[in-house]
Amino acid sequence: MDILNRSAVELAGLIKNREVSALRVTDTFLERIEEVEPRVHAYVNVYSEAARASAKHIDEDIARSERVGSYAGVPMAIKDVLSTRGFNTTCGSRMLENFVPVYDATAVERVKAAGAVMLGKANMDEFAMGSSTENSYFGPTRNPWDLERVPGGSSGGSAAAVAAGEAPWALGSDTGGSIRQPASLCGIVGLKPTYGLVSRYGLVAFASSLDQVGPMTRNVSDCAALLGIVSGHDPRDSTSIEEPARDYLGKLTDDVKGMKVAIVKELSSEGIDPGVLEQIRATMDVLESLGVHTDEVSLPSFENGLSSYYLIAPAEASSNLARFDGVRYGYRAEGDFNDVWDMYDATRAEGFGPEVKRRIMLGTYALSAGYYDEYYAKAQKIRTLIVRDYGRAFDEYDLLVSPTSPTTAFKLGEKMDDPLTMYLSDICTIPVNLAGIPGLSLPCGLADGLPVGFQIMGPPLSEQKILNLAYALERETCFDPRPAGLGAEKVT
Amino acid sequence: MENETIIGLEIHTELNTNSKMFCGCEATFGGDPNTKTCPVCLGHPGSLPVMNREAVGDTILLALALNCGITERSIFHRKNYFYPDMPKDFQISQYDIPLSHDGWLEVEMEDYKRRVGITRVHLEEDTGKSVHIGESGRIHGAEHSLEDFNRAGIPLAEIVTEPDLRSPEEARAFMQMLRATLEYLGISDCKMEEGSLRCDANISIAVDGKMGTKVEIKNMNSFRAMFRALTYEEERQRFALKEGEVIVQETRHWDDDAGQTSPLRSKEEAFDYRYFPEPDLVPVEPDKAWVEAIKARMPELPVERLRRFEHKFGLQPEIANMLTSEKAMADYFEEAVVSGQDPVALAKWIAGDLAAMLKEATVPIEACPLKPHGLGELVALVAQRIISGKMAKEVLREAFETGKGPSEIVEAKGLSQIADGSEIESVVDEVIATNPDAANDMREGKEQALKFLMGQVMKKTRGKANPEMASDLIKKKLNAG
Repeated sequence: MDILNRSAVELAGLIKNREVSALRVTDTFLERIEEVEPRVHAYVNVYSEAARASAKHIDEDIARSERVGSYAGVPMAIKDVLSTRGFNTTCGSRMLENFVPVYDATAVERVKAAGAVMLGKANMDEFAMGSSTENSYFGPTRNPWDLERVPGGSSGGSAAAVAAGEAPWALGSDTGGSIRQPASLCGIVGLKPTYGLVSRYGLVAFASSLDQVGPMTRNVSDCAALLGIVSGHDPRDSTSIEEPARDYLGKLTDDVKGMKVAIVKELSSEGIDPGVLEQIRATMDVLESLGVHTDEVSLPSFENGLSSYYLIAPAEASSNLARFDGVRYGYRAEGDFNDVWDMYDATRAEGFGPEVKRRIMLGTYALSAGYYDEYYAKAQKIRTLIVRDYGRAFDEYDLLVSPTSPTTAFKLGEKMDDPLTMYLSDICTIPVNLAGIPGLSLPCGLADGLPVGFQIMGPPLSEQKILNLAYALERETCFDPRPAGLGAEKVT
Repeated sequence: MENETIIGLEIHTELNTNSKMFCGCEATFGGDPNTKTCPVCLGHPGSLPVMNREAVGDTILLALALNCGITERSIFHRKNYFYPDMPKDFQISQYDIPLSHDGWLEVEMEDYKRRVGITRVHLEEDTGKSVHIGESGRIHGAEHSLEDFNRAGIPLAEIVTEPDLRSPEEARAFMQMLRATLEYLGISDCKMEEGSLRCDANISIAVDGKMGTKVEIKNMNSFRAMFRALTYEEERQRFALKEGEVIVQETRHWDDDAGQTSPLRSKEEAFDYRYFPEPDLVPVEPDKAWVEAIKARMPELPVERLRRFEHKFGLQPEIANMLTSEKAMADYFEEAVVSGQDPVALAKWIAGDLAAMLKEATVPIEACPLKPHGLGELVALVAQRIISGKMAKEVLREAFETGKGPSEIVEAKGLSQIADGSEIESVVDEVIATNPDAANDMREGKEQALKFLMGQVMKKTRGKANPEMASDLIKKKLNAG
């Protein structure tokens, strides 16, 4: 049976109907990991034994006709920024190389309750800071479409794992585009939900007011299913929305006729690769053919989105990452120190990589006395303007669209020496986080053999509408998510 | 040149809520180190705070008791600084939009009252506790330090006063009144020694009405320490000014053993806390109904009870103040009053001998072996002239030590006075008859003679005659007085 090319939803059905055992499914993915992981490096840690044990357990439950979760036995990759009880959670950092959490993140609890089998923890830019996964202490992940290229970031490991068939689906996190941009570069579906829809409890914080956990999948149905599993109110997260869990998959429809959709001018002109734009325009035409009214809208405040983000996110990060001080857990520098402050300095100098240090410094500066009003407070004002611009646009249009990333996957090392250029990778995705709205990246075609992502944005809690549009488009564009040249031929 | 001492206080009080400020851990003092902890109060990666509504309610109650306005929408901030007892290396506190603002508390001094402005009452989380191993006992020079996070995250109400206090005495009186208020509200254990009530002070000397440079004093761990530290610092600054020195704005550490303040090392003090709104919490918006419900549970406050004691029981302000400054003592008094005995007499016994005995034995009044009704019994014995005031002191001590009732003690020891007029009269007649010289002296108005005759009466009755009655009889019979 072809297991690797089945969607997660399909696998769940097959396992439940006893057409295939959970163990067989897990073993198949573990074999695939063994085969391609040396080239891709999507995982920081693979937990084969634990995965096989969970799968066996599920098979036993099914054999005894006991109640199992809706997605029992479906394997999953989990970004290494989500706390997993008993399993290392490194955040791609030396600081947490050997850190074993004592509790599960709410999102992890929920996928476990649904019966998902964790294959391993996916690689990422250190503390989710980056757009290429090159900032991982454990080495970069490579793009399955072209091993010389990056998978995007920071959830590059999750994206590459799904694209390479090393997991049917994955959990990622998105602060400025960290789900959508790698999804775009790896040709998969990635959704950043409305802020507060998925609990952040157990998501190691980068920028608390922007972070969201979300699904990374091979198709829209899986995306809807995984969102259904992880979303819903959590009393442990004060910013969690009081929303009941919803059946996004059950309500998925490709009937989008009459929907009003506008492309954002500021995100689809200057600075966008022509090859990317070509695919985006072609997708707009597909929308028209589906009976969607398309238009263009100008949202001027977006010009300042990147600047605003690079003040707010580092500011929050500088505070969130203070706890990594060598006192209670994680890395502690060796040495004969005069006092605890010397120990802090050495620990943080050795434990953090250069990008993390850069952002801590940026954020510390932005919050400093005398600069707060000029930087942090002003950035918050821009944020308010962006929210307002979106609000006005959503008064008129159901959804907005843009490219997800201004470029397709770039070469490893290409932008490592130029942080500003790297930061521009998130130019299209950042406004969504600043406004706290949902955004999805759908693969819409190839440019020079590399995937292009189409971003769909909607007002708060419009996930269903976004998923429906993506679903309709997916059926028309028939994007094949299997990267050529990575033994994909072996897969089928 | 006229110098005036200006003092403002910053008080932290741990709230005795069931759970900690932002997690479900037990919020109680002590326990084996690090046993009352969880991922949230240990600042584990990914953990998030959730506000404790009980703590907010208690703080609103305190703010109302201090006549503060309640903020409709207040927010939490992060106060960023590195310190090993702070799990997240930031403290969740309130900054420019606190829970409450602009109140006052009146303090009774001996011959005047001082109304002290309350700038704000806000809510924050406590830190863990460091134990520094090494000679210095402080973080600098420690061989190593141990951290106990049981305390980390316990709700802490912070009360900031205006610089309205004018002497260490006023500061002490304010703290006593505040402690009493907290005690009456029942929201804090108020034990300075255990750290559930802490106080930092800002002190400066204004010269000819011009505000001086303020110095912050930390580590004052008892009322006595606070008073000594402020007195020391007041002197230090006054002397420095007299010598023409400049006062440096700094934080100074009170060393109780050495009896002096010294500057804190700069590393122990962050100068820029980089406050910013806590993104993991939502604003606190107490609705009207909630605030009204909190108001409804406002108990009688110390100052109200003090006035009631003055008016209803006719107590002197000083005694009323002393009784009401400790809730349990005032409760004891009110229970004793139920006995029907004279409240003034009861109050005097409680504020005097009993308070001294309790202090000496370091027993809280709640655990006093002599129960309030027992004290009523004692006062009754004196009122009925069964024992004298002097004897009552001894009976009180014995009752305090043994827990026996005063009547029981008097009976067992045969201490009851002879207050039977005819019995005393026969003794007096006998004494006059057997001591004609003294009787004559007495008739001639010699005061010495009365003492002698009284002595003889007491001797014959083995001290049991009611002295007043005996004295009156002698005078009557010898036409004196």
